[in-house]
Amino acid sequence: MRTADVTTALLLAAGGVLVLWDSVRIGVGWSTDGPQSGFFPFWLAVALLCCCAAIVVQTIRRSDRTPFVTREAMGPVLKVLVPAIVFVVLIQIIGLYVATALYMPFYMRWIGRHSWLVVVALSIAIPVATFLVFEVWFLVPMPKGPLEAWLDY
Amino acid sequence: MGFQNLLLGFQVALQPHNLFLAVLGITLGTIIGVLPGLGGANGVAILLPLTFSMSPTSAIILLTSLYWGALFGGAITSILFNIPGEPWSVATTFDGFPMAQRGESGQALTAAFSSSFVGALFSVILITLFAPLLAEVALRFGPPEFFAIQLLTFSSFIGLGGGNPVKSLVSILIGFILAVVGLDIVTGTLRLTFGITALMKGLDFIVAVIGLFGIGEILLTMEEGLSFRGTSAKINPRVVVQTWKILPRYCRTFVRSAFIGFWMGFKPGGATPASFMSYAFAKRFSRHPERFGKGEIEGVVAPETAAHAAGGASLLPMITLGIPGSPTAAVMLGGLIIWGLQPGPLLFKEKPEFVWGLIASMYTGNVMGVLMVLAFVPFFAAILRIPFAILTPLIVSICAVGAYSVHSSMVDVWYMLIFGVVGYAFKKLDYPLAPLVLALVLGDLAENALRQSLIMSQGSFLIFFTRPIAGAISSVAVFFFALPILTPWWRRVRGLPASVPTRQET
Repeated sequence: MRTADVTTALLLAAGGVLVLWDSVRIGVGWSTDGPQSGFFPFWLAVALLCCCAAIVVQTIRRSDRTPFVTREAMGPVLKVLVPAIVFVVLIQIIGLYVATALYMPFYMRWIGRHSWLVVVALSIAIPVATFLVFEVWFLVPMPKGPLEAWLDY
Repeated sequence: MGFQNLLLGFQVALQPHNLFLAVLGITLGTIIGVLPGLGGANGVAILLPLTFSMSPTSAIILLTSLYWGALFGGAITSILFNIPGEPWSVATTFDGFPMAQRGESGQALTAAFSSSFVGALFSVILITLFAPLLAEVALRFGPPEFFAIQLLTFSSFIGLGGGNPVKSLVSILIGFILAVVGLDIVTGTLRLTFGITALMKGLDFIVAVIGLFGIGEILLTMEEGLSFRGTSAKINPRVVVQTWKILPRYCRTFVRSAFIGFWMGFKPGGATPASFMSYAFAKRFSRHPERFGKGEIEGVVAPETAAHAAGGASLLPMITLGIPGSPTAAVMLGGLIIWGLQPGPLLFKEKPEFVWGLIASMYTGNVMGVLMVLAFVPFFAAILRIPFAILTPLIVSICAVGAYSVHSSMVDVWYMLIFGVVGYAFKKLDYPLAPLVLALVLGDLAENALRQSLIMSQGSFLIFFTRPIAGAISSVAVFFFALPILTPWWRRVRGLPASVPTRQET
């Protein structure tokens, strides 16, 4: 926990420095029409850097050696995160509906070991329901891919 | 005059179309409240894009109904499964779950729903009475007053939020910094974009909410390896009526908890501390404090009343001042801006049918809500029996759909994933997420108020203290900011033991 806390604080501090640098670039002072664009972010970043320093000091003083994530807990988290990332990549390539129709059965079969009947039925029903609600009812377009292009929708 | 306005509101809220939306909202909201990873804020954020084509009044009715539903849903999981769906339901588990284990789930649920209803109704009545007055006062506010209120909003997270004050401050700062990203509308300068085109349009808080609360929560739930093995919901009209006969005994608990809830709730982050405080008070004033924690019905009544009173109260500053009291109210505020309404005190003058429709829908929504959850508890409880391997991909894809539909942009889906990981890490490291979201929503408003104030005062920060109203509010804000430093000092002076850290609001 200690390492994770310090790392996060340092990462945030690095972000703060980045903000500081960009604010100075666009001006942190006072122009003819009031405070310049960089004024607000500059002081936010200054405050952020002070806080990060305080957190680092606080954390080092207190010795909390429990790990951020245990090895056993890491597995389930990655099992959600990695497929989710692949899912988003798939949306970009083949559109939301087909990606959902691939992602859902993969997850249900791999993690849940549900019967094929449930898997197939849900993987068809959910994208179709999404399509009806969003595209047809509320007219909100979703990302589409080659299948939709081929169907000429 | 207020009464006529309320009648006008009821005419709007009771239109069949709006009633249908309220039923839809409550149903979806309860489902969302029951499911892990989909809380009120998140549900409202995902549904927000669907309301772009509706009239603002119908849209807000749908979203507030969703909010009530989510509040009710939290009680179901706490009592039946010992899993608080929302942080303010934690106190409900103390006595709710033991009752359910004894086979009194029907009584516990009835007590929880009825108290929620009473708490919410209390808040709505106070809103009806005070909102127009507050809006009237707020009409005279200038930029310094608004900035002072913003200060107060964020200082209360630090002073009253519990948890680590430095980390709360970091969350606020990050929210404000993220809000700065993109085009500066005042000067036309691009800020913090570092030449990346995708950053030019800025970061949308809706995407942040979906990522932080949705994906982040799912990851956390997975890590904790929760399994839902709960008691079943046994509820029938006879049990409901019997419980209703007992409840008037706790009249004082109701009133006390409702006041605590309202008082804590209109300040941000209030619902969770309100529920704990109210539980503690009920225990202290009870004739049988030893029964608490073992399934005392009063232990369900107190936190539920307070949580719902707070939930209702958090909408008061949103409609009168344009400052949300909770992350969910923040998302609704974002909705107001998208629907083309200017949040703030002028709403009462310019859009009375919207404001009063909203207030009236709080009455109708709560009445319908309590009846619906009482009638369909077994159905809602059954949702938690859906296996995790089906729920998880479903929630992830709903989040993706929600994030994409905000701007029809794929970049937002990536932001959602990033926010998800950040949300997971922040939660584990005890950085509160609610102030981050509020700062992200209010960033532009706060910055403009600050700029205008400084222009008025030629750059002097004293303007926040020399004007009477702004001065009073800023002083309270400064006091709250200083509270984490003052409290240990005060305790040392008085020789009291160090405080026990309390749970944080998400």
